Amino acid sequence: MSARAAKAIPYDARERLLARKDSGARVDVLTPEGVPIQFTIAHSGDRANAFLIDFLILVVVTLGLVFLTFWATGVAFTGSWLGAFTMLVWFLLWNFYFMFFELRWQGATPGKRLVGLRVIDRHGGPLSADAVIVRNLTRDVEFFMPMQMLLSAELVSSSSPGWARLGGILWLLVLAFLPVFNKQRLRVGDIVAGTIVVLAPKAVLLQDQSAHAVAPLPGFAPAGRMRFEFSDAALDIYGIYELQVLEDVLRKGEDGTPEGYLAMDAVCEKIQRKIGWDIIASGRVDAGSFLRDFYAALRARLEHKMLLGERKEDKYSVKK
Amino acid sequence: MPLAALKLKSVEFRREREASWAELEQLVGRVEKRGVRALAAAELARLPVLYRATLSSLSVARAISLDRNVIDYLESLTARAYFCVYGVKRHLRDAAADFFLRRFPAAVRGLRYHLAMAALVLLLGALVGFFLVQQDENRFYSFVSDDYANGRGPTASTEELKEPLYHQESVAETLSAFATFLFTHNAKIGILAFALGFIAGVPALILLFTNGLILGAFAALYAQRGLSLDFWAWILPHGITELSAVVFCGAAGLAIGQSLLFPGERTRLGNLQKRGRVAGQLVLGAVLMFFVAGLIEGIFRQSVMSIPVRYSVAAATLCAWIAYFAWTARLARRERA
Repeated sequence: MSARAAKAIPYDARERLLARKDSGARVDVLTPEGVPIQFTIAHSGDRANAFLIDFLILVVVTLGLVFLTFWATGVAFTGSWLGAFTMLVWFLLWNFYFMFFELRWQGATPGKRLVGLRVIDRHGGPLSADAVIVRNLTRDVEFFMPMQMLLSAELVSSSSPGWARLGGILWLLVLAFLPVFNKQRLRVGDIVAGTIVVLAPKAVLLQDQSAHAVAPLPGFAPAGRMRFEFSDAALDIYGIYELQVLEDVLRKGEDGTPEGYLAMDAVCEKIQRKIGWDIIASGRVDAGSFLRDFYAALRARLEHKMLLGERKEDKYSVKK
Repeated sequence: MPLAALKLKSVEFRREREASWAELEQLVGRVEKRGVRALAAAELARLPVLYRATLSSLSVARAISLDRNVIDYLESLTARAYFCVYGVKRHLRDAAADFFLRRFPAAVRGLRYHLAMAALVLLLGALVGFFLVQQDENRFYSFVSDDYANGRGPTASTEELKEPLYHQESVAETLSAFATFLFTHNAKIGILAFALGFIAGVPALILLFTNGLILGAFAALYAQRGLSLDFWAWILPHGITELSAVVFCGAAGLAIGQSLLFPGERTRLGNLQKRGRVAGQLVLGAVLMFFVAGLIEGIFRQSVMSIPVRYSVAAATLCAWIAYFAWTARLARRERA
């Protein structure tokens, strides 16, 4: 029993899987159909990048407008039509840019779109206009205000600009960096509006690594064949986690890079040793086809077990 | 000797469903690029059907398949399709109509107690400011910053005080007055009162009170020179709208603060979300009211000098707002019935 305990799962297999995948935490969103869909929570770095892009767009547009006004009117900003117009556009831009795009593009500003982020409702409903409005009304307090305090401290408090600057820094640290400190990467606006920023999903359907082992449907090209056979005992060693790592190894090996080949060779050797493969009897085997066959056989075995209600998460899990 | 083929239900499952996934992916790709209008009517009708089929594929795949790529793919495809199906884009016109006819008035009605309290605090500030300055004119400087006073103060002559009330401006000047109004006045501060609401609503109270103080201080200053009638004729045409907007913003901040301090039966976070959205509507409506106030101040008030006309415009704005909220309330009652 103690030997088992020593070998006991160091950390949850599922957690390891999740940690590997996009190295991002995930969040379940329940659709109205009752099927949860998983999203990957956006990294704070991506969030910052998206914001920086939007911020630059805003700065460039306003600066362009201001220079245009100066050029057209001399230096008289106030009291001219163009000056008034510029100030109006300025106000609209800085207050409604994010709101406008998140409403029009369903939760994405130009910056978010470039980086591949998206705002969604945390509870699975459609992203409502209220939520977009609220999450962007707070932006001022979270970023623009403390930045103002930092950059033009003399205007905020002419007698003690240093203190104003310090206040600005503290303010920024607490509010602007809030997403770094919580698991779901929520900023104040997200908390109040009930939204969350996720990676815009994009995945490609790849070749099934076990397709070769299955009899083709009538009308399909004939598949390759299994060349190796594995005993049930050999297949019962590994679990789902190892299966999916193997899937990754096979896909990387398909890319044709030297690292991919080396990884396949190493994994092949390790598996052969672990399952007690008779190397002398089989002679030297091609790592790719051996692993593909092992993958197919292991998957067939694990999926069969899963259908019968036994889900073997990884090699450490024991039959209950 | 060839070995027997394996039986892998997940592979057969994928072979059977793959075509419909590809069809959905193609439709979703087009919608993402060019919007729902990129689809023909027949394709549009297929979209939800394919979405539900793929969603069921996802459930099945989770139960029977261990091919991670397939599950990832379905996960991402259903998510993208989910955005297309449920993120239906409304026309901006419909959204605006919905906001003005239902959501904004509903937010005002929903937060009426907060509104009453905010108005009370503003009034209190005004009274305190008025009486304090009336007793000692020099206190004016404690309440009103030099920038804001702009030469108006106890040391100014009556003529100097009277001048801005009847100042004539060119059209371009009034426009920039409008623009600066938006910046320097309360639209910004209003948003702030809301956004800072999570500090227990204290900033909202301070904002309301100081706004009241300034108003009261000015009123006392003009009252002592016997210019009360002129002063209120100058303030009220835009002031009714502007002060209401200030009160709205303050109420929104109070509501947020309350949801954090006294969460009641819900959790603080849940409460904050529920209240936050309503309060956000109120603030957006208030910002639009600041716009209206700015228009009245910038364009109308500087061109009409007659006191009776100014007062009747003030009364008209008051009646218009009352009529608007009463009418939308009746609309809501009728819709509920």
